[in-house]
Amino acid sequence: MTNEELISYLTGKFPEANIKLGSQYVEMTVKADDLHDTALQLRDSEEAAFDYVFCLTGVDYADNMGIIYHIESIKYRHLMVLKVRTADRLNPVIDTVSDVWITAKYHEREVYDLLGIHFNNHTDLRRLFLEDGWGFPLRKDYVDEIRIVER
Amino acid sequence: MSEIREVIINNDRLATDEYLVNMGPQHPSTHGVLRLLVRLEGEKVLNIQPHSGYIHSGIEKMCEAITYPQIIHLTDRMDYLSAHMNNEAVALCVEKALQVEVPDRVKYIRTIMDELARLASHQLWWCVFGMDLGALTTFFYGLRDRELILDIFEETCGARMTVSYNTPGGLMFDIHPNFQKRVKDFIKYFRTKLPEYDKLLSGNVILRERTEGIGHLSLNDAIAFGVTGPSGRASGFSCDVRKNQPYSAYPFVKFNEILDFRCDTLARYEVRIKEMYESLNIIEQLIDNIPEGDYAVKMKGVLKLPEGEFYQRVESARGEFGVFIISDGKKNPYRVKFRSPGFSNLFALNKMTKGHKIADLVAIMSTLDLIIPDIDR
Repeated sequence: MTNEELISYLTGKFPEANIKLGSQYVEMTVKADDLHDTALQLRDSEEAAFDYVFCLTGVDYADNMGIIYHIESIKYRHLMVLKVRTADRLNPVIDTVSDVWITAKYHEREVYDLLGIHFNNHTDLRRLFLEDGWGFPLRKDYVDEIRIVER
Repeated sequence: MSEIREVIINNDRLATDEYLVNMGPQHPSTHGVLRLLVRLEGEKVLNIQPHSGYIHSGIEKMCEAITYPQIIHLTDRMDYLSAHMNNEAVALCVEKALQVEVPDRVKYIRTIMDELARLASHQLWWCVFGMDLGALTTFFYGLRDRELILDIFEETCGARMTVSYNTPGGLMFDIHPNFQKRVKDFIKYFRTKLPEYDKLLSGNVILRERTEGIGHLSLNDAIAFGVTGPSGRASGFSCDVRKNQPYSAYPFVKFNEILDFRCDTLARYEVRIKEMYESLNIIEQLIDNIPEGDYAVKMKGVLKLPEGEFYQRVESARGEFGVFIISDGKKNPYRVKFRSPGFSNLFALNKMTKGHKIADLVAIMSTLDLIIPDIDR
C-alpha cells in the first residue's frame, strides 16, 4: 500500500486513533488501553500484515513517557509508525506487545532497563544491561553522578 | 559399542541431571564480553539465557549531550567492523532532516567504502568461524587478506577501524590519490583468494557434518525475532536494505540479494561467502566511474535539525542498522535510538540451539556473527 492508501485503510479500521503523515512514514497514535488490540489487528489483518518490528524506542517526554514502534509488512513492503503515550511519568505502565511480535520482548526489556517503563503481562521483565537498583539513565531527570555524559 | 550404550541407557545411576553452565563473559567463542547461561542435559542444550551489559557504554545517553557531527564518532565504537555503515546511517539521517543532497562523488565513495568494510567484516567472520570449529588455518588466511583492506582505509581515512570518514554533508576528506589503484589491485588479488577459501573450508567434510541441518531458523521465526542480515537471508527473509530501500550509490549498481532457504548453519555460512563475491562486483562497477566533484557540501558550523522525527536504515555487515533521531530544534538531539542488528539476532539464539549439542552452540553463535558492543551500546 502507498502511504495514502495506508492512511485511508487505517482511518477506516481505527476511527478513534490519531493518524497523520509524518516526515517519512504514516504515524498512528493510539490510546494506551487500545495498544494491544491495535497491535494484534495490525499483525493479523490480511491487507496490512505488519509482521516485522524493526525498531522499538522508548522516549521520555516532559510530562509522560512514550513508546514508538516502527513496523513493516514483509509481504507488502509498507511501513508505519505506531505511537503510544503512558498516563503517568513517574510510574509508567503499558501493555506488552511481546506476544504479538516476539522481538518486542527484548526491546521492551531494554526500554524497561533504560527508562523504567513497566510492561503489563511481560513474561520476563528484568533489567538487561544495568544492575538492579541503578537509576533509569534515559530519563531526562537522571542524575549523572560520576559525570560520564555531562562535562 | 552397542553393549556399552545399552548399559548406559538402562542404568539409572548414569543418567545425568540438568545442570547450568555459565559460558562467558570471557569465553573465546563469544567474541566479546557476553555471558550465556546454558541449561544442559548431558551435552544437549535445553535453554539459553543471554546476559548482556558487560560493555554497555550508554551511547544513546551520551548522544543527547553532543552535536550531530560528534555522534558519528560514537557510532564507530558500536559495531566496529561496520564502522562505515554506522557512520553513513547518521550522516544520511542528518542530511535527510536538513534536506541536503550530496554530490554523486560522495555517494560513490561511500558505497565503495561500505562494501570494503563489508568484505573486511566477512573476512574476519570467516576466519573466526573456522577457528571456532577448530580450523586455525583460516584465521591466518582471513587476517592476511583483511590487512589489505585496513591499509586502504588507513591511507584514505587515517584510521584502520574507527574510521569516522563520513560526516553530515559528505566526507571528511577526499580519497587518497592511490585509492583507486589499490582497490583495483586488491580486487584482482582477492578474486584469486576467495576460491581458496572455498577449497580450504567450504567443502570440508567436518565442516559440512557440523553445520548441515544444525541450528534451524524458519522464515517465520526470522521475521518474528527480527533476524536480519546474512543470518536472516539464509532463512529466506528478504531483508537487504540495499535492495528494498536503496541509498547512496546502490540504485546505480546491479547486484543480487543472496537468499537461501535451507535455514541452517551451512546456509548462513554460504550466504556470507556469496556476499563477498557480490561486494567485489559492486566495487568493480563503481571504482572506475567515481565522478569528479566536491567531496562534501558546505554545511553550517552548528547543525540544528528541524523539529521532528527522522529514521534512516542502512545495511551493515550484520544486518539492518537503523538510526532514529528525535529533534526538538536544538543543536543536540532530544533522543537518539540505534537499532542494532546484533541485538535482535542474539535473542534468536535460544530458538536455534534448542535440542542441539553444546559444540553446535558455538558454531551457531558464530554464524550469527555477534559483535558485543553492537548489542550493548
